[in-house]
Amino acid sequence: MSANLSAVAYLGATILFILSLGGLSHPETARRGNLYGIIGMALAVAATVFGPRVTAAGLPWIVGAMVAGGAIGLYAAKIVKMTQMPELVALMHSLVGLAACLVGFASYIDTSLVFAGAEKAIHELEIYVGIYIGAVTFSGSLIAFGKLSGKVTSKPVLIPGRHLINGIAALVVIYYGYAFLQAESISAGVVPLAVMTVIGLLFGIHMVMAIGGADMPVVVSMLNSYSGWAAAATGFMLANDLLIVVGALVGSSGAILSYIMCRAMNRNFLSVISGGFGTGEGQKVGAGGTAPAGEVNPISAQETAELLAGAKRVIIVPGYGMAVAQAQHTVSEIARLLREKGVEVRFGIHPVAGRMPGHMNVLLAEAKVPYDIVLEMDEINPDFPDTDVALVIGANDIVNPAAEDDPESPIAGMPVLEVWKAKTSIVMKRSMATGYAGVDNPLFYKENNRMLFGDAKKTLDEVLAALKG
Amino acid sequence: MALTIGIPRETTPGEKRVATVPEVVEKLIKLGFAVAVERGAGEAANCADDAYRAAGAQVLPDAASLWAAADIVFKVRPPTLAEVALMKEGATLIGFIWPAQNPPLMQALAAKRATVLAMDCLPRQLSRAQKMDALTSMAGISGYRAVIEAAHAFGRFLAGQVTAAGKIPPAKVFVAGAGVAGLAAIGTAANLGAIVRANDTRSEVADQVKSLGGEFVKVDFDEEGAGAGGYAKEMSEGFKAAQRAMYAREVKEADIVITTALIPGKPAPRLITAEMVRSMRPGSVIVDMAAEQGGNCELTVPGEAVVRHGVTIIGYTDLPSRLARQSSTLYATNLLRLAEELCKTKDGQIVVNMEDDAIRGLTVIKNGEIPWPAPPPKLPAAAPKPSPAAAKPAAAAHGLSAPVSGKTLAVLFGLGAVLFWLVGAYAPASFLSHFTVFVLACFVGYMVIWNVTPALHTPLMSVTNAISSIIAIGALIQIAPPLEAAAERPSGWILGLAVLALFLTAINMFGGFAVTRRMLAMFRK
Repeated sequence: MSANLSAVAYLGATILFILSLGGLSHPETARRGNLYGIIGMALAVAATVFGPRVTAAGLPWIVGAMVAGGAIGLYAAKIVKMTQMPELVALMHSLVGLAACLVGFASYIDTSLVFAGAEKAIHELEIYVGIYIGAVTFSGSLIAFGKLSGKVTSKPVLIPGRHLINGIAALVVIYYGYAFLQAESISAGVVPLAVMTVIGLLFGIHMVMAIGGADMPVVVSMLNSYSGWAAAATGFMLANDLLIVVGALVGSSGAILSYIMCRAMNRNFLSVISGGFGTGEGQKVGAGGTAPAGEVNPISAQETAELLAGAKRVIIVPGYGMAVAQAQHTVSEIARLLREKGVEVRFGIHPVAGRMPGHMNVLLAEAKVPYDIVLEMDEINPDFPDTDVALVIGANDIVNPAAEDDPESPIAGMPVLEVWKAKTSIVMKRSMATGYAGVDNPLFYKENNRMLFGDAKKTLDEVLAALKG
Repeated sequence: MALTIGIPRETTPGEKRVATVPEVVEKLIKLGFAVAVERGAGEAANCADDAYRAAGAQVLPDAASLWAAADIVFKVRPPTLAEVALMKEGATLIGFIWPAQNPPLMQALAAKRATVLAMDCLPRQLSRAQKMDALTSMAGISGYRAVIEAAHAFGRFLAGQVTAAGKIPPAKVFVAGAGVAGLAAIGTAANLGAIVRANDTRSEVADQVKSLGGEFVKVDFDEEGAGAGGYAKEMSEGFKAAQRAMYAREVKEADIVITTALIPGKPAPRLITAEMVRSMRPGSVIVDMAAEQGGNCELTVPGEAVVRHGVTIIGYTDLPSRLARQSSTLYATNLLRLAEELCKTKDGQIVVNMEDDAIRGLTVIKNGEIPWPAPPPKLPAAAPKPSPAAAKPAAAAHGLSAPVSGKTLAVLFGLGAVLFWLVGAYAPASFLSHFTVFVLACFVGYMVIWNVTPALHTPLMSVTNAISSIIAIGALIQIAPPLEAAAERPSGWILGLAVLALFLTAINMFGGFAVTRRMLAMFRK
């Protein structure tokens, strides 16, 4: 295949990738979008393998690596539980990061490509930046994986003087970057490159360690973005437009997702990245505002079932608690039963519910909840006043009225699902503990609110049994 | 030893209710109490003696043996003096007492060194007390029954219908007073298909009226009628005149009028004059739920249904008792909640804790002392309404539509220009073409991603993840040495690194697409 032909094939692949992302605007077109992605990828790989840069000597290696890796990937995709999606995605990001590092090193020690002057400087800078992003993505994603799967504490771990450490690390990276560009020979350049990689790895660990569990949606989408930028940097390094385009697409996708997640928490991106909630400059959590007073009204599973069956309109608000308890199938079954009885059941999803963007939607889809009754926060908020029962399952901060009523509250201004406007709201929780933000929730003390204490799965099973009986 | 709860048969003529039902007996026994029921106590409420026995209660043959056995007596109506005489010394009595109306009864109970909790004295404004609020549950039943009685006496359908025989207009119902009973009446009448209009001096109930399907009619006069504790208060002369005019208008229009207006401690306000009754169409119905307190209508005869000027005026005073099974069940549940409050240890003993606002209010006699009337409970001075968060940040609906301020925009454009100038001035041509591609691709990505529906954010991440394994191409071109390889190229190293990178990206590539496919397949209508 000639160089021109493979360039045209790359162009075709680029278009297919853009169509693939565009298809995700609607669930119906999304399946086709995924197919476009697969075709695009096959086209790109084929064009490269049969292109001018690859000789027959490499084929056994290529086939071997692809078959081995592909088998592992397919196996992992088959066995992963939908509640574990955030972990899987984080782990996959780390692979992209590591691959970017490896390609970067290989490219640096490859002497068959000769550059001079500004081109050489730019090429080396590209390598340096590409490896750095790759290293941060790799270690950061690994830690994110650990946090999501519970292998690493999900609490923010803050080292004293961490901003200072980060600053020093940045200076060291810049200094070695200079040394790297000045290096006479490849063996002289490898040392600064290695030092920088280690710092990049440590920085990735440090950054994600400082972030708490419920900020994970931001982190996962940020790492998604990084993996894209790493690919783009590799594209620059290898002078390959396809890599640059795809990297830029993925990078901006992740960046937009991070932005959406931050806005949904009314937090600024930097404050999320720089550590736990409200741990910034002397901001005391819960200092402002009036502590809600009053009594909570508990309710039994039996009574909940009666309320649900007697309602005309029900909105279910799931949160991370539903994912933890693996209760989505029971929830779906309850929704199905109620719909059969003529109750209008819908789901209200907060953008940051769960541990990654769209996490709840996937869980509900897995449990066969039709996607047209699963609505976004902005779509469903106006409907709460006409709703008889709002059932909150394992969520706290995203239904906290203090975000709207109490300007002193640490979460003031965060958009929330207005469940308290329903005639009755029922909150399922294990205990009265506060949510991630550490803010007490006045919703629990409202007169039209009932608390259903217990493990979400177990209690919902009881509700389901009562509905059937 | 566990205390015995006694349930006597109600002695007031026409009273069909009973203070507990078999389902509740079981729960009382779970609290540790023993329960004794007088023979035939629940008969009129469809609760057979056998059902009580099956629930674990002991059935005693007559009133004398029951009162003698009971440590705690649950009653509906206030006891007669004869019943008090049968009572055990120092026993506890729970039921409706109306202490203000019944001073001799209070004296007799005090002489018995009894402890008396009057359900009618519950501080209803405590949200915690709502579960024990028997007045509310009885009022709700009365409201329902009032509509049923009216429908029974009314010669037409309530709902409008279009039949082959012609069109039937819906009945017009006017409800005076939107308290618990009024609201229940509004809801019931609306559900039967009538057009419901309602009025109350307290304007804050307007929303509740609307929520039940009624229309709120305002009096054309500016005065707020909400008194202490959420009850209505008496209004000024000017207001009353405007109110009379409004009532005359509404009553004339209505087919069914239901009045529930009560002011605590005063005779019921006369809202409907004989003149207004005369203005109504023959066959119309008035249900006067305030009949016991003198009635809202001049022509009401308490306890009876009469026809005046062609209008049926129903003045029954036993509306809850006419739905005996339902009201007994609700009343029994209210008493059960109170029993739970009194017996927190679930060992069949009761503690009358005078520190508890709800219990303090209920207790009209304690061990023969009369602490009634109770001081008003110390409420958290009705939390002042928070000023509607003045500066609510307008949530930006969409990244594209959120206008950035001119200043920020200028700064951004300035920075962009400087960056572009630097690239243009120093970078070699080959870099520039890649740079162009990169920047344009970022913009394409930006536009495309904003169109992704939030429901698909997880598949989006997994598919972008799969796509980013395009890095494999970088590895691919490094695996095989180029034809004109330089002599000292460390091919072994490069091969190793590239194969490893290819392996990793292959995991990602296949796994990412496969898992996305699996996820998307689940999104079904």
